[in-house]
Amino acid sequence: MKKILSSDTVRLLIPALSLTILLISVFYLQPRAMSYVGLNLLFNLAVPIALATIAQMLIMTVNDLDLSMGTFVSFVACITATFLQATPLIGVLMLAAAIATYAVLGVLIHVRNLPSIVVTLGMSFVWGGLAVLILPAPGGEAPGWVRAVMVSRPPFVPMAILACAIIAVVSHLLIMRSSFGVILRGVGGNARSVERAGWSILKARAATYALAAFFAILSGISLVGLTTSADANIALRYTLLSIAGVVLGGGEFTGGRVSPIGAVIGALTLTLAGSFLSFLRISPDWQIGAQGAILIVVLALRLLLNRLENRGKRP
Amino acid sequence: MTTAPLPHAVIEVADVKISFGAVKALDGVTLRIVPGECVGLVGHNGAGKSTVVNIINGALSPQEGTIACAGERVPRYGIAAARANGVRCVFQELSLCPNLTVIENTRIMHGTLKGWGWRRRAARIIGSKLDEIFPGHGIDPTDTVSDLSIAQRQMVEIATAFSQVAQPVKLVILDEPTSSLDATLATQLLGYVRSFVTAGGSVIFISHILSEILSTSDRIVVMKDGKVVTERPAVEFDEHSLVAAMGSVVKGHDREKRAEGAAGRTPLLSRPSLHGKGLPFEVFPGEIVGLAGLGGHGQTDMLIDLYLGHTSNWLRRREAEVAFVAGDRTLNGVFPLWNILKNLTIADLAGLSRKGIVNETAEADLGHAWKERIDIRTQDLDNPILSLSGGNQQKVLFARALATPAPAVLMDDPMRGVDIGTKQEVYAILRAEADKGRAFVWYSTEMDEVCLCDRVYVFNNGVIVAELKGDAVTEKNVLAASFTGIAA
Repeated sequence: MKKILSSDTVRLLIPALSLTILLISVFYLQPRAMSYVGLNLLFNLAVPIALATIAQMLIMTVNDLDLSMGTFVSFVACITATFLQATPLIGVLMLAAAIATYAVLGVLIHVRNLPSIVVTLGMSFVWGGLAVLILPAPGGEAPGWVRAVMVSRPPFVPMAILACAIIAVVSHLLIMRSSFGVILRGVGGNARSVERAGWSILKARAATYALAAFFAILSGISLVGLTTSADANIALRYTLLSIAGVVLGGGEFTGGRVSPIGAVIGALTLTLAGSFLSFLRISPDWQIGAQGAILIVVLALRLLLNRLENRGKRP
Repeated sequence: MTTAPLPHAVIEVADVKISFGAVKALDGVTLRIVPGECVGLVGHNGAGKSTVVNIINGALSPQEGTIACAGERVPRYGIAAARANGVRCVFQELSLCPNLTVIENTRIMHGTLKGWGWRRRAARIIGSKLDEIFPGHGIDPTDTVSDLSIAQRQMVEIATAFSQVAQPVKLVILDEPTSSLDATLATQLLGYVRSFVTAGGSVIFISHILSEILSTSDRIVVMKDGKVVTERPAVEFDEHSLVAAMGSVVKGHDREKRAEGAAGRTPLLSRPSLHGKGLPFEVFPGEIVGLAGLGGHGQTDMLIDLYLGHTSNWLRRREAEVAFVAGDRTLNGVFPLWNILKNLTIADLAGLSRKGIVNETAEADLGHAWKERIDIRTQDLDNPILSLSGGNQQKVLFARALATPAPAVLMDDPMRGVDIGTKQEVYAILRAEADKGRAFVWYSTEMDEVCLCDRVYVFNNGVIVAELKGDAVTEKNVLAASFTGIAA
């Protein structure tokens, strides 16, 4: 029997389905959300989360985990609201240095064979400290162009949706379709055979980390574009949100099995879950717990589907 | 002897020495491969074959000695230099990226496949090579590797190694390429190897199946203890002289089989026929039952079903009923980060512990008893499991199963890539254990092993199509039965 759906498609099915169900529930509870403005409001905070999720996904592609994602995005937000706004050149240089630091982290983790969790956990304090040094009190101002991009109103499709679609397509092309992305995923799948084929795992890791930093920087900049000012603790939640987004979207912690489109959908689902619970008038005290419950239900569904898929494989 | 200038060797390693700690892996090996020849490389596990392979493909650099390509010495020989000189390798353990598609794996192996349209080009290259080597392979290049069977993965790996993208392929090293292929596929591969060699390519061929080596190679190099002991044209060898050169003696099959009537006895394990098709399956105490047939026709699934049917997901029974010996060591055999002792005793921790605490003295005693009994070649059982050669790792897995009190042992092609001496030792242990009343269910892809069994069930397309008993277990009967189901 020839399989009808490829395993990648099946992998995307659950996140897409859960997003659709959540969206329908939200529209049912609050029909006014079914408009250009409503959709934009529902999803605009998803843009920075989606970018951070893609960054986390890149790190997970090479079987690592970044626990400094939240503080790093906060750090970038602080730079964006201060240096990038006042002295763009210095701001850009600082961001470039941050990318280089990430690449060095990748090299360090590979060469010394360190657990990425430990290294990035340590780095999270460094980024957090730097963010406080740059912006001791909440404040700063978003650069005009960032603000302009984030509040722009393209015809027909709200900015938030358009941006998420662009993020999904670009990262899909980069990671799933390009010949470069194949190497990255190969490192996650079987690093030894990639090495035997003559590739440098060191370079691949450094490139992955640098690319992840690039996406995390975009996340920080877009966040400031929405909030207009920054704070050293603005994105602390992003560490866990990004990991949850990747896993919700069908990614796995090991083995280089990731899905950029799924990751963006995962980020959208997480954002929407918050709004959904508000519409249900669940008290904020219970919201985080309820969000967790939604996560567990979706992941349980995925597990069930994986089982069905594996059963189908055996004759 | 001849005055005509010798053709430049594709690769020439001269007096190469390498040692890992106190162990001398290679002790002055000289090997010269000229274009248009297939060199068979044989030897025990741990004789240094894999190390030579790793030197030639650039993964290891020799501590002493030189490497020359096309007559010129290459001072800094590494993976890149090896690939630039057209050296390709198919490794013993499967080394594709399971999360990628066939096309993407081709891309990994061939760095020059990039730019627009690389997918299309890769699909064409790998597809045509697969068609050329294994006609009727049934592999779609867009399939993800984890969805393919082991045999199919091996086929993809072989085709990738032979396919030419930028640099010409001059030398292909095949390390146990047929261990996961069935007889038909192996024949197709060997045929292709011959035509590749005739066209001027070179092949280093490593196999424990001596008939393959004899029929395919032009020249045979025998290794022992890190040295080349004999090097002669293949026609001057036969199976006996080859085994003698390797230093192990083939014992005549002692074929005292039990063919006692099953009537009145209760089977240890049994399974009714599947969906009303095929024959039911049962095993009695003291029997060695073989599962035969073409590779991947449901034998492994049957073993897994039997195992899962007699173990519990939730609670561990005090007395295990079945033990399992895995065939795919890296996938579900060894715990790579643990030492040898822990790998050996894991299955019987219940028996070694009291009130939930493992008795370390008893554990060490058990480990040493089995180290002596099956001759695990290591100085210290506290060494990491991966420090052992493949065959010795497999011995540890055997010991793990045999150390349990389980009356039935399930074996999933456990002798894959194990040298003939080790095999003989394990066969003897199996027979001794069976005489004590243990039952073995043994899936094997090698005919010699199937013929050692008391009773054989032949599989085809997931069902048992024939049962052979006692003296009826012969290569001819098994082969005949393997192909009957197709017509039905």
